Amino acid sequence: MTLAVEVRDLTRAFGDFLAVDHVTFDVPEGEIFGFLGPNGAGKTTTIKMLTGLLAPTSGGGRVAGFDLRTRAEAIKQRIGYMSQLFSLYADLTVDENIAFFAGLYGVTGSRLAERRDWALEMSGLGDYRGRLTGQLPLGVKQRLALGCAVLHQPPILFLDEPTSGVDPVSRRTFWDLIYQFADRGTTIFVSTHYMEEAEYCHRLALMNRARLIALDRPAALRARLTEPILEIATDHGPAAAQALQHAPGVIEAAMFGRAVHVVVEHAASAVQALPPFLSARGITAHSITPVHPSLEDVFVSLVRREGGVVVG
Amino acid sequence: MSLPALDPGRLGQLLRKEFRQMLRDPRAKRLLFIAPIVQLLIFGYAATTDVRNAKTFVVDHDRSSDSRRLIAALTASGYFRVTGASERPADLIAALDRGDVLMGIEIPRGFAADLGAGRQASVQLLVDGSTANTANVALGYATRIISRFGLERGAEVAARAGAAVPPAGVDFRARAWYNANLESRVYNVPAVMGTIVMLMSLMLTSLAVVREREIGTLEQLMVSPLKPLELIVGKTLPAVVVAFLDLILVTGVALLWFGIPFRGSALVLIVSSVFYILSGLGVGLLISTVSNTQQEAFMSMFFFFFPAIILSGFMFPVENMPVAIQYITLLDPIRHYLVVVRGVFLRGAGWSVLYPQILILLVMGVTVLGFATTRFRKTVA
Repeated sequence: MTLAVEVRDLTRAFGDFLAVDHVTFDVPEGEIFGFLGPNGAGKTTTIKMLTGLLAPTSGGGRVAGFDLRTRAEAIKQRIGYMSQLFSLYADLTVDENIAFFAGLYGVTGSRLAERRDWALEMSGLGDYRGRLTGQLPLGVKQRLALGCAVLHQPPILFLDEPTSGVDPVSRRTFWDLIYQFADRGTTIFVSTHYMEEAEYCHRLALMNRARLIALDRPAALRARLTEPILEIATDHGPAAAQALQHAPGVIEAAMFGRAVHVVVEHAASAVQALPPFLSARGITAHSITPVHPSLEDVFVSLVRREGGVVVG
Repeated sequence: MSLPALDPGRLGQLLRKEFRQMLRDPRAKRLLFIAPIVQLLIFGYAATTDVRNAKTFVVDHDRSSDSRRLIAALTASGYFRVTGASERPADLIAALDRGDVLMGIEIPRGFAADLGAGRQASVQLLVDGSTANTANVALGYATRIISRFGLERGAEVAARAGAAVPPAGVDFRARAWYNANLESRVYNVPAVMGTIVMLMSLMLTSLAVVREREIGTLEQLMVSPLKPLELIVGKTLPAVVVAFLDLILVTGVALLWFGIPFRGSALVLIVSSVFYILSGLGVGLLISTVSNTQQEAFMSMFFFFFPAIILSGFMFPVENMPVAIQYITLLDPIRHYLVVVRGVFLRGAGWSVLYPQILILLVMGVTVLGFATTRFRKTVA
């Protein structure tokens, strides 16, 4: 198995602050590799080091087989990059943006024509090629930014929170595109803070406070959480989560959307005990039901145990 | 700069993009090509220290034909206009206090009698020194007019007294070369041109780079094979072109609208302008390395621009500054460029006279741009 990305003890400090702390992992070719974690966990900084935008403070790695400390130029030819800003020139037309970014990679002439047609078709922009990019809806702009990032057909694609701020339908369409690239052998390195997107990845790296706290397939990560989980529907979510931290038989409690997810020692006894516990504190539980652990539950649980979990 | 390291394909893409963006945005076009002309028109008229029709208060205690002739001589010059008169000196002081008049003249009793007797006559002038420049100029004009009046009147008296020879005196005829009427506009318009070109050079690079940083495209460029040096050349070359077009535009306005003479060689102006523009672009590029937003860039720009103008000798002659500050002004590209533009336009000065300034501008342009380039490469790569 060839590795698209190898990272060894990658570290980046900004002054006294460690943004990325001795991170080590491998990404095989063709994988959709997800980078999951809250804002500030170090995902973007890691991606910036892998794409040559930032120099590592210590440690290093290889991208597409090239050392990222010494062969940045070779790496740049072989990667595509798209950030959460969908960086296109708003005052250039769709066509001009495509021609410009293709030109930077030496894609010109008949190959440009072919790649442009492909990008227009992929982003559904055939009718808009003369339009100024600034006038496009966000979802369309996002697909065009993706198209522009892969005009030179890079074997590795880095996506830094590529779906932030985009509506769920566009997000779904976007992931269909990512799957198409992966099917053709492109390695996808994608960071996100949307848990449901993380489920689409082949493997997930969980980052928290500059450190990699787990790396595994989504299903395997979920399987690590063996304790039962209860979902409590209530109108006072934050207060309930706060109170439940100290309830008997509760390992942890956290907000999950509008509801509260509680990791407990025994499901049956907790279902009995928790409603009275809450009502004694003036909180009504509308329902309390056992659920399968989501990645968010896993994440919360892993963060709690941080340090105990190493790369899987 | 090691040119072989530049890929003409990538550089071409970037240049095409830069010009396209510049020429597409009507606001940008106005800013780049109309604003400098408007600025020169406004500042060209505003930047004048000439005195015309200065308001003057007269206190004439003598009320003789001589005192009236003296006042007439002052007003006939066009420099002064009597806007108030009184017999009480207190009124003159009040008028100065209120700022109603720039100058007051008090003619003592016995003025005509002294003149008629061939004695020394005196006149008191009071000027509003809170507007030091104008006051100085006004005082100069008034002194000249009054002493000429004294000489003429003295000659008349002597002739009437039957003296065979008029009293000996020095016939003093001053002539201002290169600017015969000592019009401050002739002196200031070329300087305004210099500052406008500097402002454009600073803005062009700093904003062009920082704007891309703001919208994230700079990052997109840096993950591409585009090299930092290609990016710098791609950003500065269009800026040089635009700054040069601006120079041509403002020169046109200076010559055709303000009638400023152009006595020197166009080649001297062009060569030194290129060096000057490079130094401006270099500073702009430096600013772009320390600014994350266009707002920050603007702040830094003015942090450089205002001191550079004050120290340039544009408004305050460098020779009048304390010696320590005169040394500091040597670091100011505007200062050297003003010597060149004023020299080329007004005196027809050429290489042999201006080479020190032109050399300094060359050294400045190359070092600032070179330093900015290395700094820039460090911050983006």
